[in-house]
Amino acid sequence: MGATSAIAIATSRLLAARKASFYLVARSGAKLEAVASDLRTRGATSVTLKLMDLDDTAQHPQMLESAAAALGEIDLALIAHGVLGDQEQAQADYSVTEAILRTNLLSPVSLCTWLGNYFEAQRRGVLAVISSVAGDRGRKSNYIYGTTKGALNIFLDGLRNRIDRHGVHVLTIRPGFVATPMTAHLRRNALFADPNTVARGIVKAIERRKDVVYLPAVWAPIMLIVRSIPRSIFKRLNM
Amino acid sequence: MANNQPRFESWGRYPTLQADLLPLHWTTDFPPKSLPPTAMLPVGAGRSYGDVCLLDRGTLLTTRGLDRLLHFDPETGVLRCEAGATLAEILEFAVPRGFFLTVTPGTKYVTVGGAIANDIHGKNHHIVGTFGSHLLRFELIRSDGSPLLCSPTENRDWYSATIGGMGLTGLITWAEICLRPIVSRKIQYQGIKFVGIDEFVALSQASTHVEYTVAWIDCVARGRNFARGIFMQGDHSDQPEPLNPSKAPRLTFPMDLPEFALNHFSVGIFNALYYNKQMGKRKTDLVDYEPFFYPLDSVLQWNRVYGKSGLLQFQCVIPWEHGTQSGIVRILEAVTASGLASFLAVMKVFGDKPSPGLLSFPKPGITLSLDFPIRQQVSFDLFDRLASIALEHSGRIYPAKDARMTAAQYQASYPEWRRFVEYVDPRFSSAFWQRVTKLA
Repeated sequence: MGATSAIAIATSRLLAARKASFYLVARSGAKLEAVASDLRTRGATSVTLKLMDLDDTAQHPQMLESAAAALGEIDLALIAHGVLGDQEQAQADYSVTEAILRTNLLSPVSLCTWLGNYFEAQRRGVLAVISSVAGDRGRKSNYIYGTTKGALNIFLDGLRNRIDRHGVHVLTIRPGFVATPMTAHLRRNALFADPNTVARGIVKAIERRKDVVYLPAVWAPIMLIVRSIPRSIFKRLNM
Repeated sequence: MANNQPRFESWGRYPTLQADLLPLHWTTDFPPKSLPPTAMLPVGAGRSYGDVCLLDRGTLLTTRGLDRLLHFDPETGVLRCEAGATLAEILEFAVPRGFFLTVTPGTKYVTVGGAIANDIHGKNHHIVGTFGSHLLRFELIRSDGSPLLCSPTENRDWYSATIGGMGLTGLITWAEICLRPIVSRKIQYQGIKFVGIDEFVALSQASTHVEYTVAWIDCVARGRNFARGIFMQGDHSDQPEPLNPSKAPRLTFPMDLPEFALNHFSVGIFNALYYNKQMGKRKTDLVDYEPFFYPLDSVLQWNRVYGKSGLLQFQCVIPWEHGTQSGIVRILEAVTASGLASFLAVMKVFGDKPSPGLLSFPKPGITLSLDFPIRQQVSFDLFDRLASIALEHSGRIYPAKDARMTAAQYQASYPEWRRFVEYVDPRFSSAFWQRVTKLA
């Protein structure tokens, strides 16, 4: 889901080389076609396309049922859609905040509800969800985006606690800055990772059955420090 | 990072020009809903050395996001891919499937779009011609949004103008190239020591049946060692072996070296060691394709060796029948006399297979490529002298390596440029193009 996002593309390519079958969901037909051609060329066994706006949570169960039907059964679900949103607009206008919450939080929660139950019944499966380091602590420069990811982290913790014992692997992926179209307007610096690096980390985390993974790994100690700063100091910082 | 840091550099890191970037991620991203007010130029990996991939105060359309492989036919070896895919990415895909690039330059980190725009050549030019000679089709999108499907039979004039067209005719979104089968990663290699240009030419003529030929030349050596070098030739091995993908390079050159690191002395020592590493006159070996084709790719960002001021490459071709050998000798003598040392000096005989490109660089003769650190005045004076010698011998200079050629020199050596002008997109330009068409 969010199959045309840069991290989803890079991850799918690694899986295509292993002859995976795909059910790709995204909004743009032209982009989805390009991604599908790329995955077929790289070895995908089959690729099925689904055009939809994932904000439309009412359509989720039907879409996921058709995915399960197309694939026979679902082994791995990767939820990769999201928007960075405009922090300044969002803090001035709640309707902007609400739209970001819908895309980044409500939509993945709806998908995970269906998928969690599906995998639980199947007694196996991997639910991999792209969150962000921004969800670790609210910062003035992007706390609306951070809120969606932080809430998603808590939701996934709870879901994992419920269904891990039934053989379901819930993976929370927390990338740092990644050089993708979503961050194209930001000036690149040494902290920006390549989507291919992040994708390799995702595949490795799936293989090793990790619960939470920071990608690249350097973000784990960075975020540990960020989380450890006392609130009385943190509130004065410009971050 | 300082704000005056350019957002896009060419491989030589000279000149440094300020431009905005407009990253393209999908073939439908161009033209954007509102065109930028400035001139535009599509760029790939920034592996050309001079200013063909730069545009002062313009908008660079960066194409590395267009990296999808759209179709591959293992029966014919035809690959359709987006123009921002690099040759490294293609090899990673193709080698395990038993295919290799038909034409590859000395680095695999160029994009397909860049390879077309500069109509690149490789060590097998004498047999297969340029990259453009194996380009079946591509899509060109003009800034007014009109798409042109170009091939040797459709929109032939646009096909020809775009091959070697330095990105000026429009944006190439995807291309279909023809790969060649291989059964092994290995190259059956032979290195032959030579002294002098005449011996180099004789070796080249005796090796026209060998697919890959190139010579490394020591341009610091004087006297009886003048123009000594190693003639390197190879063919793809026909002994089947496992076709594993290459490992990603682990080394990145960590910093800009100070300017004094590369000097006449250090290069002279390196050259003497390199020449004498091979003991006998001839040496044969079975080598992996990576060190054979891409010796420098194993260290990422090796251009930092040249320091912050960057490097300039000089590559010319001197056609046969215009005192070719004496032209090459004059150039090498001018280098030796200047006291500047070229760390990498490479020579090759081009074949006579014509390129489909209107402005393609190669023509039958000897091509010589040298690179130098940039030292204000000293290097520029030398470059200007080398360019005049090449021109006096009816030669010309490779735009992909150039940052110094004058408009008069360009227009005299690429007379087709006048016909090319009508194919230039009205919204596109480059620093190179502005420079070489200035007096027109």
